[in-house]
Amino acid sequence: MPIPSPFHERTQALCSSYRWKDWSGYCAVCSFDVSHEREYFAFRQSAGLLDVSPLYKYEVTGPDAAALLARMMVRDVSQLKVGRVAYTCWCDDGGKVIDDGTVARLASDHFRVTAADPTLHWLQAAGRGFDVTVEDSSTRLAALALQGPTSRAILRAAVTGADLDALKFFGVTRATVGTVPVWISRTGYTGDLGYEVWCERGDALALWDALIEAGRPHGIEPAGLDALDVTRIEAGFILLGVDYFSAKKVVLASRKSTPLELGFGWMVDLERGRFIGRDAIAAEKERGSVWQLVGLEVSWEELEALYESFNLPPSLPATARRDALPVYNDEGLQVGQATSHTWSPLLKKYLAIASVHRGYEAKGTKLQIEHTVEYERRKVTATVAPPPFYDPERKRKP
Amino acid sequence: MTGTKYDAIVVGAGHNGLVCAAYLAKAGRKVLVLERRHQVGGATTSEEIHPGFTFSCCSYVVSLLRPWIIRDLDLPRYGYEILPLEATVTPFPDGRCLVRDSDPERTRRSIAKLSPRDAEVYKRFGQEMAELGRLIKPLIDDVAPDPLSRDPRELLRLGRLGKHLRGQGDEWLFANAKIMTMSAVDFLSEWFESEELIAPMAVSGIIGTFLGIRSPGTAYVLLHHYMGEIDGSFRAWGLPKGGTGAIANAMARSARDLGVEIRTEAPVAHLLMEKGKAAGVVLGNGDEIRAQVVISGLDPHRTFLKLVGEEHLEPELAQQVKRFKMRGSSGKVNLALDALPRLACLPEYGPHLQGGITIAPSIDYLERAYDDAKYGAFSRKPFMDVLIPSLTDPTVAPPGKHTMSIFVQYAPYHLKEGAADWPNQREAFGDAVIDTLSEYMPDLKDHILHRQVLTPWDLEQIYGLTEGNIFHGELSLEQLAFLRPMAGWSRYQTPVKNLWMCASGTHPGGGIMGVPGALCARTLLGKRAV
Repeated sequence: MPIPSPFHERTQALCSSYRWKDWSGYCAVCSFDVSHEREYFAFRQSAGLLDVSPLYKYEVTGPDAAALLARMMVRDVSQLKVGRVAYTCWCDDGGKVIDDGTVARLASDHFRVTAADPTLHWLQAAGRGFDVTVEDSSTRLAALALQGPTSRAILRAAVTGADLDALKFFGVTRATVGTVPVWISRTGYTGDLGYEVWCERGDALALWDALIEAGRPHGIEPAGLDALDVTRIEAGFILLGVDYFSAKKVVLASRKSTPLELGFGWMVDLERGRFIGRDAIAAEKERGSVWQLVGLEVSWEELEALYESFNLPPSLPATARRDALPVYNDEGLQVGQATSHTWSPLLKKYLAIASVHRGYEAKGTKLQIEHTVEYERRKVTATVAPPPFYDPERKRKP
Repeated sequence: MTGTKYDAIVVGAGHNGLVCAAYLAKAGRKVLVLERRHQVGGATTSEEIHPGFTFSCCSYVVSLLRPWIIRDLDLPRYGYEILPLEATVTPFPDGRCLVRDSDPERTRRSIAKLSPRDAEVYKRFGQEMAELGRLIKPLIDDVAPDPLSRDPRELLRLGRLGKHLRGQGDEWLFANAKIMTMSAVDFLSEWFESEELIAPMAVSGIIGTFLGIRSPGTAYVLLHHYMGEIDGSFRAWGLPKGGTGAIANAMARSARDLGVEIRTEAPVAHLLMEKGKAAGVVLGNGDEIRAQVVISGLDPHRTFLKLVGEEHLEPELAQQVKRFKMRGSSGKVNLALDALPRLACLPEYGPHLQGGITIAPSIDYLERAYDDAKYGAFSRKPFMDVLIPSLTDPTVAPPGKHTMSIFVQYAPYHLKEGAADWPNQREAFGDAVIDTLSEYMPDLKDHILHRQVLTPWDLEQIYGLTEGNIFHGELSLEQLAFLRPMAGWSRYQTPVKNLWMCASGTHPGGGIMGVPGALCARTLLGKRAV
């Protein structure tokens, strides 16, 4: 049974819909109201405040902290400057992805790693022989994501001891919110301007109250995971356990994924020396990947015509979906699957994240995606489009 | 005199002009858009009327901007963002209120306080209207059907349309025939018993027209409000981030990227007429610019009587143009507020404020508002559609402060004392609006930092909307489809050779929809006229 998060006292008072789900053993709000729409638009229009405490967090400290993480991560995070964050993934020896997350360099010998799955064992296994200390800070730290165009204005009003305007995309800084000492990173999972704020568990409620208070004139809204799921698909972010599976958890080897297949090739520097999975990735690069992660835009015109043939108006589920749909080529052969899909209220498009066989990943490739109408399985054209589907300037802007 | 020769010149950078230009440029045509004002958008405009406060001065919500246009022009990439309106609150003078929002159960409970029977019917009504709305969809997304045509292609189209309609079944057709001819009140009364529910629902049928909710033909416009649910928008009404001007700016950016040249502060004095044909335009400063075709984004009156000039028109044509009813009937009051005013009926802050507040407490109230207008006066107690956009889009006002947009009907262009008397009555009109609204928001007056009152006369002066008509001509049945703007000329072409029209005065009409512009471009390209 899931347990309350450090912010539970506040979120449960606001969650009038009683719509919760289990996120890593915590009670997490799906949507505060019966529909997540208002929360979704807060992310895109003003700011949404989301409890992300269930993320797994690890403090890696000591003289060899940089060396350990450089060995474990596909990205060379030892090159990170203090006050910078990197998004990366990590692999098993066979070059298959275990998880993805962020690595923040808080001091020259202090890194904070976030992960979707428990990772302590892997940090310890990879860290054998290194002079490091690994602390699982998952329960000690509470975290809030503040995402949306007015998030900076809110933090500016709430924060002392840090220059928010100097905090660049993927930067991290110490600060104080009210009386609460925090870390603020300019990161998030919505693909928009946004921040994540980290504090000690005991300070959680004071942090929540201070942000809500400062945010009120800027249209802050508590937001849940349903709204997040739509924004992350628009942003083209993949999700462990949905769009790919941890190499440590799957039964079938064919279910494993590599960084190149997941579109993480840009993280990989094969020349920098050994890291876990390097040789396998190098071999794959030579050989070519079997799968490729792509974005799909489903033809609305065809979808409309399909429904029209049933004498129905088109209808899609109101929330993002994770039921995988088969994807076919022209000849009707299945060449992949769409693992996340959603209607984007902003783009007026039906979007999907999919994995397809090599040869079908080029931008503009026309594929077919399954769509069920009146219990009948039909196909609709879906065009390959490289994510992100939505990428506002403000996300990166100084 | 400039040397460049354009394929097309669009006069007026209103949203339809921009859409039309963008589609033409997308097809490789060289297009110039000329705008009289300092910014693009026409009545799709955001302006900083008071320091720090940005208002959608004229059009203030979006419902029908077609998703295919949003996709074709890639508008989200250029800053187009729409937020759905959360709710509609209708306060009553006795302190009760009706709240309709996206939660069907909450809405049902609210209506049940007025009538348990209506509460049950309400949802079914929405479904039925959405089905009826499917009649309109093929009509508004394509050029108007031409019932007199003998062109085989047109007959084929009519046949397809007929099949589409017959396919919907007899009951559906009868219901449509009814909705085309009935008044909004009569139509709604067939469904509902509570007057307090009927009144706020009926106002959708009269917005922008010089008709009352008991006037025949007003039921049809109700249908438009259920369109959004069937075309992939999933919600009928929305607020654009940064005001409606942000939509025009997104369209302009998209158009420029497609190669369209847009000049502001470039007023067109009149058409350049050669041998009875349009050959280009003459600017206010005397410059002549030539093009294969000129496309007017102005209303039909302005297009023919000012741009072309009556001296170039056959008398009967001029007569037909003048018969096209403009007669604006609404005004706008925009307020900058230093704090959020409280609704007497629901004083707590909540999502219900992030929607429309409809001042339409009873059928008689609305009919009396119309009575004033019939005899040439603004309504002492008008129908109002009130929004607080800053609650949804905090960027339009300084933190903690708010903008309020009040659409007001009736404000007839033709006052008893004459339209030119509007400047003398403007403030009295503004006072009537604020006084009436204060009955429902007692502390409103304490918070007003600035007030902008736009009468139909102002809309004409500032935005060039003839007689202040927000739709470039009334959206009444006799001025729609193949009759818009006049019989025989509904396909964007005009009786003046090489002159085309692309704005709300053509099919399918007004509102930030973009379809007239897109269909004008499609027709021009289809006919290889450019």
